[in-house]
Amino acid sequence: MNPEPRGPAPGPGGRAWRALRRNPPAIAGAAVLAVLGMLALFAPFLAPYAEDAIDRERFYHPPQRVRLEDLSGRFALRPAVRATRLADPQRFAYQETSTIQPLRWFVRGDHYRLFGVLATDRHLFGVDAPARVNLLGTDPSGRDVLSRLLHGAQVSLAVGLVGIALSFSLGMLLGGWAGYLGGRVDDVMMRLTELLLSIPALYLLLALRAVFPADLPSGQVYLAIVMILALLGWAGLARVIRGMVLSLRRAEFVTAAEALGMSRLRILVRHILPNTMSFVIVAATIAVPGYILGEVVLSFIGLGVQEPAASWGNMLAQARSLRVLTSFPWMLLAPGTAILVTVLAFNLFGDGLRDALDPRAVPGRASR
Amino acid sequence: MPTFVLRRLLRLVPLLFGIVTLTFLLLQLAPGDFLSSALENPSFSPGAIDALRHRFGLDQPWYVQYGLYLKNLVLHFDLGLSFSRHEPVATVLGECLANTLLLTASAALVTWGLAVPLGAVAAVRAHSWLDRGLSWLAFVWLSIPELLSGLLLLMLAARTGWLPIGGMRSLDWDTMGPGSRVLDVARHLVLPALVTGLVPLASRMRQMRASLLDVLRLDYVVTARAKGLDERAVVLRHALPNALNPLITLFGYTLGALVSGSFVAEIVFSWPGLGRVTVEALLAQDTYLVLGGVLMASVVLVLGNLIADLLLAASDPRIVHES
Repeated sequence: MNPEPRGPAPGPGGRAWRALRRNPPAIAGAAVLAVLGMLALFAPFLAPYAEDAIDRERFYHPPQRVRLEDLSGRFALRPAVRATRLADPQRFAYQETSTIQPLRWFVRGDHYRLFGVLATDRHLFGVDAPARVNLLGTDPSGRDVLSRLLHGAQVSLAVGLVGIALSFSLGMLLGGWAGYLGGRVDDVMMRLTELLLSIPALYLLLALRAVFPADLPSGQVYLAIVMILALLGWAGLARVIRGMVLSLRRAEFVTAAEALGMSRLRILVRHILPNTMSFVIVAATIAVPGYILGEVVLSFIGLGVQEPAASWGNMLAQARSLRVLTSFPWMLLAPGTAILVTVLAFNLFGDGLRDALDPRAVPGRASR
Repeated sequence: MPTFVLRRLLRLVPLLFGIVTLTFLLLQLAPGDFLSSALENPSFSPGAIDALRHRFGLDQPWYVQYGLYLKNLVLHFDLGLSFSRHEPVATVLGECLANTLLLTASAALVTWGLAVPLGAVAAVRAHSWLDRGLSWLAFVWLSIPELLSGLLLLMLAARTGWLPIGGMRSLDWDTMGPGSRVLDVARHLVLPALVTGLVPLASRMRQMRASLLDVLRLDYVVTARAKGLDERAVVLRHALPNALNPLITLFGYTLGALVSGSFVAEIVFSWPGLGRVTVEALLAQDTYLVLGGVLMASVVLVLGNLIADLLLAASDPRIVHES
């Protein structure tokens, strides 16, 4: 054990931060999540093309390798790809030619609005038009997989995070309300959660999806998915929060607040629920992958984000055909790796956060 | 004990009633129905559609439909008619449920067949590199969504041709003898069972490890060692049976969880089970089939939990007396 540093004793936040810093996998997870967030935020700028930009010359084009060499194999400073030509139109086999296409920075391309406001047509990199560069290959309609992956990250991450924010707010409020008021409200709420938890999650997902029309316009589909995810997950959390509030409501600070004549909703939200926050934050971090996967599964079965908009789920759906699996594996591996990295990062970070925020955890053995 | 079982069973009635009601209401909110889209289909005569509409009370307000549905369900165990398959829902779902249970049982075999020996090894060699490696492996595997592991295994099967790439039976099923039929289904079963069964593996392995570690600390194990018994005999004959005891009660919960878990595997591998048929029904707006599918899956989950509770009560008499 290190000797305690002098100065004022650290608060719970400071202690948690220090515990977290001693956990390299958790820090790695957090770093990956930060990078993913930036990638999603700047997706239209980082992606060389729009998500629905079709190239009829390049169906099923394999990923292109970036080289730092000229034609004779000597080192060259400017990264470049080789131009390709379609050698076998039946099997979509492409051959590299001897034309070098240097990668250019900040090229002009498809128009977009960064953060939804800044109109521009600059992209981080690209090649001289009309040629195209596909670092992760293209899909059956010749759309750039890298661009779709980045745009899909926006959808998949946003839907997951908003879904969990709504779902956990609902769970905290309803669970807290049930625990604080007790009696009839509590009974009804607990029967309702019991009911929701008795339906297997993915079947409940289907039943909730049935409420919305199958062919929603793309703007409303995001809203629908978020609402479905929010309604799916609140019940489990509500039960735990109810239990915590049940033991908190006899605490002295609650009695004091009641004596001061505060409204019950205010006591619940301002005084009781904040005590559950560290648990809620950990639970939410660990639960995020489930929400992201909820969108992925919905889009995979064709009831979520619809083409031509990109999401990791509908990219996987495209990769499901036998032909893709045997001949064009990048269409599975690109979104697959993205999903895997995201889930792993959330799990590592969430695990570390739990160890850091749990005051009962034994130091040193925490990472079990 | 019998009163405990009876009480537990009676509590299922309002729960199942609630599930039916909730699902029914959700599907009532759904816009459109199969019959109105069938109107545009020339192969249905308008007269036949009207007859169907009348038979299920679809021209009545929702509470009448609900009453009809409940009456048919309780009195005749009739779940309605699947409009897209022209078969009673119960018939369609019966077959699918059998397929799902076959998949679930195989998956449970995978989970427990691996979790018990691996967890035991991790406990015996606690804190060794093997233990740490296993726990890391379990952690990473926990992070691979079934959808991905399923698609990756599907890719492996498609590229190597070692195993069939989906469905439950080969094309020449009809000409096969009974022996090769069993073998054929088993070959189709391998990949979906692996995908489903490996998901709960990590947590079961940890539970097995913890349970065996607890037992290994007990006095009678020390006694067994002190008698000079072989370490293998100490673990296998004396410690393991007692360590398995708390895990048996988890079996029921696993069963319920696997039904939900098999959903993704069924879709990726086109396994003709409950999950797949429910998705297809939803896409075809086949309301009664969706309703029946959700209901059936919930029943399996609830029954799995019931079995778990009963096993728990059988192993710990305190539960029966306290509740």
